[in-house]
Amino acid sequence: MSTILTLAYLLAAVLFILGLKQLSSPRTARNGNYTAGVGMVIALGATVPQLRFTTAGAIIVLVGVVIGAGVGTFGARQVKMTAIPQMVALFNGAGGGAAALVAVAELIKFGPHPAFAEALPSVFSIVVGSVSFAGSLVAFAKLQELMTGTPITYPGQQLVNGLLAVAIIGFVIAVLAIASIPFSFLSLMLLALILGVAFVLPIGGADMPVVISLLNAFTGLAVAASGFTLNNFALIVAGTLVGASGSLLTKLMSDAMGRSLGNVLFGAFGQVRTTAGAAAGKEGRSVRTASIEDLATLLAYSRRVIIVPGYGLAVAQAQHAARELADLLEKRGVEVNYAIHPVAGRMPGHMNVLLAEANVPYEQLKEMDEINDEFKDADVVLVVGANDVVNPAARTSPGSPIYGMPILNADQAKNIVFLKRSMRPGFAGIDNDLLYDPKTIMLFGDAKDSLTKLVAAVKAA
Amino acid sequence: MNNDLLNELTFFVLAVFVGIEVISKVPTMLHTPLMSGTNAIHGIILVGALLIAAGAKSPVTLILGFLAVVLATTNVVGGFVVTDRMLEMFKGRQTPSKTPEAAKK
Repeated sequence: MSTILTLAYLLAAVLFILGLKQLSSPRTARNGNYTAGVGMVIALGATVPQLRFTTAGAIIVLVGVVIGAGVGTFGARQVKMTAIPQMVALFNGAGGGAAALVAVAELIKFGPHPAFAEALPSVFSIVVGSVSFAGSLVAFAKLQELMTGTPITYPGQQLVNGLLAVAIIGFVIAVLAIASIPFSFLSLMLLALILGVAFVLPIGGADMPVVISLLNAFTGLAVAASGFTLNNFALIVAGTLVGASGSLLTKLMSDAMGRSLGNVLFGAFGQVRTTAGAAAGKEGRSVRTASIEDLATLLAYSRRVIIVPGYGLAVAQAQHAARELADLLEKRGVEVNYAIHPVAGRMPGHMNVLLAEANVPYEQLKEMDEINDEFKDADVVLVVGANDVVNPAARTSPGSPIYGMPILNADQAKNIVFLKRSMRPGFAGIDNDLLYDPKTIMLFGDAKDSLTKLVAAVKAA
Repeated sequence: MNNDLLNELTFFVLAVFVGIEVISKVPTMLHTPLMSGTNAIHGIILVGALLIAAGAKSPVTLILGFLAVVLATTNVVGGFVVTDRMLEMFKGRQTPSKTPEAAKK
């Protein structure tokens, strides 16, 4: 590597580190993204003059960059705020796939007997990158509801996954020791892709954020491994930074949900079926409903109202209607606050973003720890499109997949109003006893629609 | 072990520690944007994809290189743009460190 290139990579690495630092504080976060972006431009800009293009190479690079930039920009700009988690999953999968492909191409270049020090990181990159690619696609499908969000389990699943892992290890050894089969890399890639799918299938949709974060760390490590193969300092440092910070972030996220990472990843085995059986016995219980006018009166003459926004609010784009209702109630002297569960929406911090978009005053957004003691003094808790985050099963039912997750104490309020489309369980796929509580009133329908009607009715009240 | 590999191992180990240290104090509300931001950074694999694709001659390498460039560019461009869209929502707001006092009033 030339001196200029090395210095440019060093500068890029420093900018990535500063960018990450800024990204972890709300005041500087946006600049942090720019800082990292500048680092990326410097790293790429220093690399391009070093490339020796073949004609065909120049064409594929040009066409590839144009397509990739087009797809990336279009996807990132067009995606709805609610669908951002799955978009991040897709971008992450793309990075993992790219890392695996780079490693395959590099191994082919080394010929039939690569040096161990080159082959080992390549093989690592192929396996981990492919797992990340396939796993991210499954995470995307689950969040986009192209497939069921409930954990997919079948008898002998652990055995199948175990066999997959053994087969991959076998292939790794074959590639490292023998390495003469030209297509052994591709077989290895195929097996790793299957493992990626098998790995994410048994994890519930509600846990996808943690999975995406973990796969993000995987991609980082795969990129770092590619850096070892290519002897490229920028790839090693940037990939490792992401691998390390992504691993910590994954742990912080599962901590926010009150779960261990092991429980998130492997908790579905054996546990879900028992809960499903328990929930099945509760069919046929009745719930209470009320008219819009009754609810409007209840809200208008309350002193304290707490709104619990969930993913349903985001899907219905109801954050503006929620704010309108809150403003109206405030004018009548009702104290309104929003209780934000750490994992409200689909990802930690997702709900803050959505409500910020609707210009909800920051002081009204309360974190769970801050507001949990206030629920007992609340006259009405308005649960808009949320479910699992107020499910008392997290406190009371040790067999439940969400047992141990900290929840909002909505059940302690005097009245609980659920705005929900149906009695369908939440994203974790489990029944919620709170829906059947005598203090609970259900208002079925689209969240935005219901809130707009409530606004009109409160005006009249 | 040759010198290059030793150097690379050194960078790797130091980067692990820096990566953990630098984000250890992130508040919950920034988890999603931070994940997205780190996602954009591993788009640096585009450097690797360029190294492969630029010098490609055989059909297999051309295909691999082309796909790698497309995927890596999607990762890096999409990653930065989507992170910026998220963080745009935080502009002009108070920092959370001020909110507890504000909430008491």
